[in-house]
Amino acid sequence: MNTNSPVWVYTDTVKEHFMNPQNVWEDDNYEPDGEGLVGSMACGDQMKVGIKVKEDKIIDLKWQTYGCASAIASTSVMSVMVIGMTLEEAYTLTPVMITEKLGGLPKHKFHCSVLGDKALRAAIDNYLENQGRDNPYRKLVAKIICECKNVTDQQIEDLVKTKKATTLEELREITEYGTVCGKCQFRVQRLFDEYKHIYNV
Amino acid sequence: MKTIYLDNNATTQMAPQVIEIMQESYALYGNASSMHSLGRESMVAIEAARSSVARMIGADGAEIIFTSGGSESDNTVLMLARDMIDEGSKRHRIVTSTIEHPAIIETCQYLEKKGYHIDYVNVDASGRIDSDSFAQLMGDDVLLVSIMAGNNETGTIQDIQKLTQIAHAAGALMHTDAVQAIGKMETDVRQWGVDYLSLSGHKFYGPKGVGALYVRKGAPFKAFVKGGHQEDGNRAGTYNTAAIVGMGRAADLVFETSVQERQNLWYLREKLRTGLQAAIPNVVVNGHPTLCLPGTLNVSFAGAEGESILLMLDFEGIAVSTGSACATGSLEPSYVLLAGGLDVELAHGSIRFSLGRYNTESDIDYVLEKMPTIIRRLREISTR
Repeated sequence: MNTNSPVWVYTDTVKEHFMNPQNVWEDDNYEPDGEGLVGSMACGDQMKVGIKVKEDKIIDLKWQTYGCASAIASTSVMSVMVIGMTLEEAYTLTPVMITEKLGGLPKHKFHCSVLGDKALRAAIDNYLENQGRDNPYRKLVAKIICECKNVTDQQIEDLVKTKKATTLEELREITEYGTVCGKCQFRVQRLFDEYKHIYNV
Repeated sequence: MKTIYLDNNATTQMAPQVIEIMQESYALYGNASSMHSLGRESMVAIEAARSSVARMIGADGAEIIFTSGGSESDNTVLMLARDMIDEGSKRHRIVTSTIEHPAIIETCQYLEKKGYHIDYVNVDASGRIDSDSFAQLMGDDVLLVSIMAGNNETGTIQDIQKLTQIAHAAGALMHTDAVQAIGKMETDVRQWGVDYLSLSGHKFYGPKGVGALYVRKGAPFKAFVKGGHQEDGNRAGTYNTAAIVGMGRAADLVFETSVQERQNLWYLREKLRTGLQAAIPNVVVNGHPTLCLPGTLNVSFAGAEGESILLMLDFEGIAVSTGSACATGSLEPSYVLLAGGLDVELAHGSIRFSLGRYNTESDIDYVLEKMPTIIRRLREISTR
């Protein structure tokens, strides 16, 4: 009957990273090569990630998170996973990989782990931008959401982020998503809401 | 590890006297509706409990209907109003507030979806209903008003006596959800003048799953739970003898001790408030500074998120609750705090301490010792 039970079933790994978070950005003078900020305090979670890069490898990562235990633990464990990775490996990191490393999160807490990889990608984007380089990783992580019109999650993300699509109607006008078979409508709507939350628009 | 329970608005620990009398009552297995002596023995115990609950709120025993708790009591009154409207009452509007417990507010929203007309009066920044804006919502089409006596989240209390006068002047019936008020503020149905009042056993050191609805003699009433002659046909269902007896004992304890208890709770609450404000920068106290349930302290910490604070406190053995979105299971934080106009971010960082009968001064000292480090640490990690 009770399918929405708010029971805390945090693993020991979550607790460890929450109580003793690793690689926290505490030094105000830390100067990263790339920096990303996603989410908003008004939405209840916000993450900032800074990376240092050498020969396309992440040699250091510092972060700050405003949010619940899952959000803090997710960013902390992400930082541990990412240091030493190539930019490509880091860019293709998914929320599922982060939550697996944590030993799992309660189902209704999965949402809290999605900001971590988004902040990391934003930092890598920023790094490449600072270097004046093209971003070869973006297309690796794009997923086709509307098969009929070949619309990817990244297209939707970009349109939301840049405020080119502020409503679903605008999104449809630009991408023509869902105008053929219509099967993707629910997924597009969910992604649209999620990106609005992440980029606070 | 020691446990410091500061979540008494969620539920209270049963009083030892309640546990004791309930253990004895479990032996009263006779169905209180049966005519034989075993049944009558149970009924005698239930009637004694009825008198105790009635005495606690200044009512007559005949005005008390036992229910399964506050939510059922609240639903009973709203469904009564619905039936009256369906049966052609000239009055067809229900007025309530934006800060009611979900048992009222979500049931009102349910009725609204079905086409019933509900109006919601808002509160000011301290969580108080302004009696002028309330009066403006009155009219000869208002059937029922339902306003809570004390809020579960902020602790802010309403002037039920005055609001009842206004409602009655417009010819409306008045209900108050007094679930949080019992034992924490003067609760007298005659003084308030209300027609209906909901209460729940587990909020005043009684058992869970039992409550009562006060129905003023002469006020309209119809059974919500149908199918039995219990409670004079006003509420069907076999009597939960032990729970009712336990609630009766809890009511006696409230009657005997609550005046002094309230003073002590307010003392501890103020010690906690001033202590937190002295030790931690950027603390916002939510709710009304004085018109507040004595054991409730709702505070927001800028730059620290509520669920994180709650869990850090939990690891130290301190139990509290939060109005953050993470705890509500949605992206929206507490609607009660937002109704008062609190900044969304501060609502995410809100913590409710609710003190009770068994808290001591050393509990507060312990919290004051742990809290600054927790907030400092979370703010260090935070994006701001």
